[in-house]
Order: sequence, then C-alpha cells, then structure tokens
Amino acid sequence: MRSKLQKLALALLIAQLGGCASLGVQPWERDLLAKDEMALDAEGVDIGLDDHIYFSKEATSGGRSFAGGGCGCN
Amino acid sequence: MRIFASLFALFSLCASAVTAPNFVLAHPQLPGSLQDLQGKVVYLDFWASWCKPCVNSFPFMNQLQQDYAAKGLVIVAVNVDANQADADQFLKQLPATFPVVFDPQGEIAGKYQLPGMPTSYLIDTQGNIRFAHKGFLQSKQADYRREIETLLAEESSDAQ
Repeated sequence: MRSKLQKLALALLIAQLGGCASLGVQPWERDLLAKDEMALDAEGVDIGLDDHIYFSKEATSGGRSFAGGGCGCN
Repeated sequence: MRIFASLFALFSLCASAVTAPNFVLAHPQLPGSLQDLQGKVVYLDFWASWCKPCVNSFPFMNQLQQDYAAKGLVIVAVNVDANQADADQFLKQLPATFPVVFDPQGEIAGKYQLPGMPTSYLIDTQGNIRFAHKGFLQSKQADYRREIETLLAEESSDAQ
C-alpha cells in the first residue's frame, strides 16, 4: 500500500517536472500583446480613477508616485 | 527540448561559427532555401508590423540594399506577423527594396529562437552566423555597416 502511494507520488512529481517549461509568449509571437492599448498604463483617465479610488479607500497615498500625508483626508 | 533550443540560441549569440538553420525562401527573387545563398553574405532580419524599432530599421535596410547589393550582400527580411494584412499595411507605408519572406506560423523564428524583436543575423559566405543583433539601435548603424564590410571583404579575399 505504502509503496503504491510512493510510486503515485513519484509519478506525480515527475509529471510536474516539465510543468512550466512552455509558459509564456515567445518574442516573435507578441503581436496583439504588443499593441499600445494592451499596455497597463494605456488609458490616462482610467489610471487617474484607479489612483483616486486607491488612495480614498486605503486612506493612504504614495506608492504610485503621489505625494501626500497619508492622513486619508485628500 | 525547449531548453536545448534556447541554449542553442544563446550559444548562437556567443559563439562565432554557428551554422545558420536552413529554411525555405518562398520568394521569386530568391533561391529555394537559405543554404542556396552560400557564397553570399546574408543579412537576415526578423520583423513584424507591431514591432516599433522595425520602423527605423526599414530605411536602414533599404540603404544597405542600395549600397551593398552589388557587392554581394543579400538582405532577407522575415515577417512574423500572424496576419499578413498587417504586414502588407506596414509595407505600404514603408516599402522595402529587399525581398520579404512571410512566416505567419513562426516556424523560422522558432528555428532561430529569437531573443527579441527585431533580431537580425549576419551570415557569412560559408553559411555561418557571425553576428547577431538583438533589437535595432540607430546608434549602432555604423557598427552594423562595419560588420557587413568585414564579411564582404572576407568573401573577396577568398575568391582570389
């Protein structure tokens, strides 16, 4: 019983060896990902809103290049 | 397998005499395959319509074609756009005077395991990759030219 479990565990471990070998996109496959609108900071207004929500909710600021006191009053 | 392929790509950038992987050249101005271009210095460039520095490399390659084609340089540009219409649009804005081969499935790019886009290779008359350029830098244009001239000079000294 135990050796069966061990064998199973070993088989699972071996199966996982190649797990992350083919992750990601090759440089020549970027295509749509390379477009301007795919950038994280593509939309200025969107970024501004996200920032506003972030510092309002977290009662903090900074960390996203925003100067402030961290009192939550801005 | 992939590890070996990327190791190979790494070595091909470091070592000086690595045979350039052969592939079919589907273009009326070119012979059947890259191997058939032995005896010529080949500037092999991989580009795509979405690749920003490629916009700068096209005028440079057109100039190379004008300056060195008669001296024995063959420029082969491989397009890796998945959609050829994108490439055609790009070529309409920046016409190429050199032959462009299309590789929508990325098969040729996979053989070379490109480290980035664009990537260009300088292949000598023996079919070896002698120089590899990751990216295209305006500031290195003089270096690229010097390398081409070096290989062209080797070719003419071999012939004597």
